[in-house]
Amino acid sequence: MSGAARTARGTRRSPRPSRARGSWRLAAVLAVSGALVLTTAACGKSDSASGGGSGGQVVVGLITKTETNPFFVKMKEGAEKEAQAKGAKLLTAAGKFDGDNASQVTAIENMVAAGAKGILITPSDTKAIIPAIQKARAKGVLVIALDTPTDPQSAVDALFATNNFTAGELIGKYAKAVEGAKAVKIATLDLAPGITVGVLRHNGFLSGFGAASVDANASDQVTAPSVVCSQDTAGDQAKGQTAMENCLQRDPGINLVYTINEPAALGAYTALKAAGKEKDVLIVSVDGGCTGVQAVKDGKIAATSQQYPLKMAARGVDAVVDYAKNGTKATGYTDTGVTLISNTPAAGVDSKDVAFGEANCWG
Amino acid sequence: MMATQPTGVPAGLARAGVAARQALSPSALGPLAALLLACVFFSLRSDRFLTGGNLSLVVQQVMVVGTLAIGQTMVILSAGIDLSNGAVMAFGNIVLTKLAVDSGLNVYLAIALGLLACGAFGALNGTLVTAIRLPPFIVTLGTLSIAFALTHIYSNEQTVSGLPSQLTWLGNTFRLGQTDITYGSVLMIGLFGLTWYVLSQTAAGRHLYAVGNSPEAARLSGIRTRRVLLSVYTVAGLIYGIAALLLVSRTGVGDPNAGQTDNLDSITAVVLGGTSLFGGRGSVIGTLIGALIVGVIRNGLQLIGTKSIYQTLITGILVILAVAVDQVARRRQP
Repeated sequence: MSGAARTARGTRRSPRPSRARGSWRLAAVLAVSGALVLTTAACGKSDSASGGGSGGQVVVGLITKTETNPFFVKMKEGAEKEAQAKGAKLLTAAGKFDGDNASQVTAIENMVAAGAKGILITPSDTKAIIPAIQKARAKGVLVIALDTPTDPQSAVDALFATNNFTAGELIGKYAKAVEGAKAVKIATLDLAPGITVGVLRHNGFLSGFGAASVDANASDQVTAPSVVCSQDTAGDQAKGQTAMENCLQRDPGINLVYTINEPAALGAYTALKAAGKEKDVLIVSVDGGCTGVQAVKDGKIAATSQQYPLKMAARGVDAVVDYAKNGTKATGYTDTGVTLISNTPAAGVDSKDVAFGEANCWG
Repeated sequence: MMATQPTGVPAGLARAGVAARQALSPSALGPLAALLLACVFFSLRSDRFLTGGNLSLVVQQVMVVGTLAIGQTMVILSAGIDLSNGAVMAFGNIVLTKLAVDSGLNVYLAIALGLLACGAFGALNGTLVTAIRLPPFIVTLGTLSIAFALTHIYSNEQTVSGLPSQLTWLGNTFRLGQTDITYGSVLMIGLFGLTWYVLSQTAAGRHLYAVGNSPEAARLSGIRTRRVLLSVYTVAGLIYGIAALLLVSRTGVGDPNAGQTDNLDSITAVVLGGTSLFGGRGSVIGTLIGALIVGVIRNGLQLIGTKSIYQTLITGILVILAVAVDQVARRRQP
């Protein structure tokens, strides 16, 4: 290979005895032993719920959007617990970032190859994942969407999710009951363009508040005259803070903030506190994670719609085990419930207090 | 080539033998051993690993990053680096799907324009590196963001679906014995073979290695370094366009969010394959092995039920090991 190159190199360095073969053996041994050691080490930590021979054990796959969002961490824990209880083996995978479709496609393929009877998935891209799901279903694998509906919803066998529109409506109604007839300037801190969960919660909030007339079938986020600023946060606390800062620059008179989830809400609170406005602005959110419920207790968030990822995951595992054992397929949409949590109830809006929130929170 | 041919052996056969030995250049031996070891390990731990269907799956999963890594290998051999390849591929995949679906263009014309768009980005990278003499790292860092933004602006954040069947034809399979193999996998392997041939058996390839090894020495021996570099980046761009077509055939949609971490994944494949990041040393077959190592580990770990985060950990450690081995070998080689 390196005829010309070797000559060029030879003129730059002093000649040395050729120990090329010996050093390549060394290199090969190093690479090989390194690979062996590492893969052995990794395998020592594999999910031991299954142990050795799987025999007739049901294999369930869970694919989340990311590894790190506490919502998905909790979902994984719920699935693992239920799998252990039912004697099933749980395989898990996730995308590298919110929106990473390619990794989820690869994960579906690998899980089907590993013999999964059913796959639970929170799709990162609700349209792009459809072909991969169809291929899996064609092989007789049950596919259930968790938390986020696919587009169209019928592409999966069943959906176990929060009614995200209702979740938004509840906090919208709460905000309206608190603000009353006062003129509001609303900032919406949203998820990312085109993601159904974000669209549903945003539209639900505006509908519940009465600022816009829209229903759960709308596929795009709507706006209203009272909404003075809308920014995307990807559900991230740091980006939520930046979004709130930018909105405040645009209109310092903002007094009501809708946030897609509690990390974004906490980011918004930090920005408002830095501007000295945290007492004048009402923040509402969705999720009901334990950190979020604590924030409600501390008065940072006024109200939050609590959802139940553990329930979604556990029901999903049960559905796959049922399918494997008796062939009954789960179908349609199962609402896993949403509850408004607030320490300062508003007239005419049902809510539960922080103690209930803490007892049922996740994370 | 410097091999002397023993008398009595047919010249063609001897040439093939030399070429075969050269295909497995020394830098690719270590990675090959690692790949074989990983395969042995997973086939012992799971009886589903060593099936034709599963191995075909691994090749399909490696297809897109593997093709990106071909272009990346060429750029790295020239002592450069290309951080923009994932974003350029994403741009290409949106261009070709939108033109075919929304603008209703003839499918093959849409594909050609998609390839051209990616080639144009490659030419842009090459021009900035050769004419303005900017470091490749900086140039491709900038074009990465430009390509990313253009992708999102042109696609309006929407996935493009409802593709005509010709676009996804490369995802179709044919039977070889008991196994289904996709046409796209065959295309990728063919592209690796073609690139290997050009790089190791033609003058243009020799010039690339020379430029990567020492641009000054190459220039003084009469090689037009700027032309070599410009053509490397442009050809790499076209290869990213082919990767975009393979991506579309695999996922069945045009996805504006595709490829965001593929630039680093392609560099990982190149490094694991034994190519030196300093240029002038390495082989594109090594890159194929490197890409397969990552694919095998990911697939194997999933089969035995290990948490996927350990795959990331192992890949990171392997990359460092591969570079360390490359450094050790470099110091010992005359």
